[in-house]
Amino acid sequence: MTLTGEDEHRLNPALIGSIRSVLAQVKSQATRGSLLVTSAHGKFFSNGIDLRYVLAAGPYQAAKDRLMKMVDMFKPLVANLISLPMPTIAVVTGHAAGAGLVLAMSHDYITMTSNKGVLYMCELDLGSSLPDYFTAIFRSKLGSPSARCALLLRAAKVRGKEALEMGIIDSVHGNEEEAMKAAKRLGDELGKKKWEGKAYAEIRKGLYPELCGSLGLKYTHILPSRI
Amino acid sequence: MCTLEKKGNIFYLTLTGEDEHRLDPVLIDSIRSLLSQVKSGASRGSVLITSGHGKFFSNGFDLKYAQAAGSVQGAKDRLHNMVEIFKPVVADLLSLPMPTIAVITGHAAAAGLLLAMSHDYILMRSDKGVLYMSELDIGMTLPDYFTAMFRSKLGNPSARRALLLRAAKVTGDEALGMGIVDSVHGSEEETREAAQRLGEGLAKKKWEGKVYAEIRKSLYPELCGVLGLKDTIVLPARL
Repeated sequence: MTLTGEDEHRLNPALIGSIRSVLAQVKSQATRGSLLVTSAHGKFFSNGIDLRYVLAAGPYQAAKDRLMKMVDMFKPLVANLISLPMPTIAVVTGHAAGAGLVLAMSHDYITMTSNKGVLYMCELDLGSSLPDYFTAIFRSKLGSPSARCALLLRAAKVRGKEALEMGIIDSVHGNEEEAMKAAKRLGDELGKKKWEGKAYAEIRKGLYPELCGSLGLKYTHILPSRI
Repeated sequence: MCTLEKKGNIFYLTLTGEDEHRLDPVLIDSIRSLLSQVKSGASRGSVLITSGHGKFFSNGFDLKYAQAAGSVQGAKDRLHNMVEIFKPVVADLLSLPMPTIAVITGHAAAAGLLLAMSHDYILMRSDKGVLYMSELDIGMTLPDYFTAMFRSKLGNPSARRALLLRAAKVTGDEALGMGIVDSVHGSEEETREAAQRLGEGLAKKKWEGKVYAEIRKSLYPELCGVLGLKDTIVLPARL
């Protein structure tokens, strides 16, 4: 799945709708050994919620309402990724900020470039608190309290190598091409296992019960089709 | 099957025989019964050391026993039953009134790894044996108390992901790096000796067993919740 174009890939209803539609296709075509690799063209992976679209609502209250709506609209996208019946890899070769970083973190694995892109939770700098499912994803996936603090409470702009040390990403590479190749290699390794997609999704959800609670995702028990 | 011995302050629970020590209803029941004896024989300074003979610590639930039910539903019922009756074994270990040490000198997989992780300390050999959560590879999800155990005892989300979502086969050295085990040793003999030394060191403290158990439980509130274990406040016998 590729976020195309040289723009900021800001998450507005059109892009969110697009991504969700693509994920629905991916889900319906899933088989054992399927894999999703998400990447983006240009300087940005995604720079978060489309604030211009939010402000275009007009007066302050209308803009606020639109922002809350966007937060609500983005939530099922995260839920779709957390319940996708296959391993998922995000390739971050540009900036990922706010909801854009949450989008990347909704994947099982993240590869990133060391020479391009920062990870940045801009909310503190903008004077906004975080939705519950945002903080849940950080608590679920980032083990280090100091890393969470740096990202959320200090609005640190984190480059690839630092992101690796902080445990936010899984590998860092010298350039875009290397990062994509690494993602493909990882994907091949994971795909070879030919895991049953439903079991994979449920085990993934079982790893993140708090996040699933925030997203309204329920957990189903699955026994092997052949014991 | 499994045996219990006591030498000095230390109880030795051993999974005997050269088989896979599969957790079928008979073995699960045996272990529960022996743990009950350990609990009733507990005194200040008691310690439990659990180990296995042969190539396996334990290879998990007995899937052949499940298959022998003869039908798909029968097999599922048997598997479900083993999940249910193993839960109190984990609860018994989590509330045992003494320090507990698991010595892994062979493979520990799925419920077998859970059995090891139900102990306070895990010592493993580096030259043989892997830890492996096989569930993803066989297409089944994990019981709630399994995932609660990993969340409680494995601090690193990537380690939990590697074990559960990648079904990694983890050697002793890797397990140490991931924080799953406490120490790693070059051979079976060295691992057992290290466990003995650790056990003796802990026994010397002569901790009050009830207090030890309550403090242990308070470290893992989510897991205790899932296991149905309640907290009790214990005050010093003499203030």
